[in-house]
Amino acid sequence: MTTLALVGFYEAWWVQILKAIVIFAVGLQLVPLVLLAERKLLGRFQARYGPNRVGPYGALQPLADIVKLLTKEQFRPTTSVGVLFAVAPIISILTAVAAFSIIPFGNVQHIFGERVGLYGVDVSIGPLYLFAFGAIAFYGIMLGGWSSGSKYSFLGAMRGAAQLISYEVSQGLALVGVIITAQTLSLTGIVDAQKGMWYFIPQLAGFLIFLTASFAETNRAPFDLTEADAELVGGYNTEYGGGRFASYYFAEYLNVLVVSGIVTTVFLGGWLLPFGIHPPGWVDPFVVLFKMTLITFLFIWVRATLPRLRYDQLMSFGWKVLLPLATLNALVTAVVVVVTH
Amino acid sequence: MAAVPDSAPVGRSSPLTVERWSPGEDVIEVTRTPPPGAARETWRTFRETLRGLKTTFGRMIEAPTTIQYPEEKTPVYPRFRGRHKLHRFDDSDPTHPSLEKCVGCSLCAAACPADCIRVVAAENTPENRVSAGERYAAVYEINMSRCIFCGYCEVACPFDAITMGHDYELSDYDRADLIFTKEMLLAEPLERTPLRNEGE
Repeated sequence: MTTLALVGFYEAWWVQILKAIVIFAVGLQLVPLVLLAERKLLGRFQARYGPNRVGPYGALQPLADIVKLLTKEQFRPTTSVGVLFAVAPIISILTAVAAFSIIPFGNVQHIFGERVGLYGVDVSIGPLYLFAFGAIAFYGIMLGGWSSGSKYSFLGAMRGAAQLISYEVSQGLALVGVIITAQTLSLTGIVDAQKGMWYFIPQLAGFLIFLTASFAETNRAPFDLTEADAELVGGYNTEYGGGRFASYYFAEYLNVLVVSGIVTTVFLGGWLLPFGIHPPGWVDPFVVLFKMTLITFLFIWVRATLPRLRYDQLMSFGWKVLLPLATLNALVTAVVVVVTH
Repeated sequence: MAAVPDSAPVGRSSPLTVERWSPGEDVIEVTRTPPPGAARETWRTFRETLRGLKTTFGRMIEAPTTIQYPEEKTPVYPRFRGRHKLHRFDDSDPTHPSLEKCVGCSLCAAACPADCIRVVAAENTPENRVSAGERYAAVYEINMSRCIFCGYCEVACPFDAITMGHDYELSDYDRADLIFTKEMLLAEPLERTPLRNEGE
């Protein structure tokens, strides 16, 4: 049998189950926090308060939102394709959770006498795994938009498809520079290779390109053309409501977290601290979460700042600016690595 | 293929030469290089993006300008025209202690463009002395759901018996509750509207 990918090492089965539950629980709890942070911060960026009525400082707002969405009726248009309409949000949420599992929150620790890696899995094909699930995630949008049987959903989905394909190329190429420098595809390996210098300094161009492409990949402003409300009502999720809409929403924010995690891991040195500080192992996850918070803040900040691009601007930016820059970055990195080694 | 001179006549082909296709007017110019100044434009766009980020960040540091309405209220100016008030003479007034100023002349009702004031006058008697004049307002009603808060009643009143107050929270569940009677207008109003200080 051909080996397709290797995982770092095999832990005991109960450790793996425990780890999966913990990571899923943490990821699940982070999403409402990001939701709240986004609404509060957008408020502050616009010189208003944001939600502040539900609970202290509006802290229970996401809870209220979730209860409201989940208690709503599950309806679907008569023109929709029933099975796909129900399956599409599940695909979205599934791929987002799957991608979340490869983000390393720390190195291997000794817990209960076992060696436990603070990550879901450490696959030897880290970024490829990410892009594979990113590609499947796009079926969630595509099928959701198409099976709704509505022109707005369909147009939103088509735009989404074109956008995701265009920016996935640049996103992938931006990572190539890092992979060439680190000489590994394992995400923990990439973090270990950043001892000394985090990759956002030598790979500044790659960092900026990856970040920009990630905004597009997660359908966030200023690339949120799939849900341009002014022209498409709501984009691919126009016909969705209640729990299914909540699933899409959840997947969107989990994707933001995943991308923050990947940027943290690949460019910001993961759990490493600057100036040669080596804290005890239990600090690592908090370092990663802190860096993820910074990137998520950047996401919200950019959303508050930039207006949505026109469709042709989006396409010409993706293909004529980002892609050549990403290619050039990969090429220059390759040459430099070959010359210096 | 034989070379065709540029001046080959269109439409009339000789058996020896192949006629060259002429695109005519429908020529699409294809640009194969970036437009001039594209790099500068890209750099400018990047810089402007950073400037935008700086601007929004500045807004975030500032305090929100929201006024949390039911708890906080915008102060009104002293001459703000809100709910009406009817007045009495002061208790300490030597000539007419605590008598109503309104004499039921109906000038306010006549001045009212929205026709929302109803006055029914009655004679003062020595046993029942209500106002300072010969007559008093037995009924004085203002229909607040019709009032346009123009302040003409205030101007028309010869005795300064009616003035516009500062209260603007006049919502109710029932239209009938918005008809303010004399007792309600005479009662000391709840001062729930902050007044704007001088220079504010």
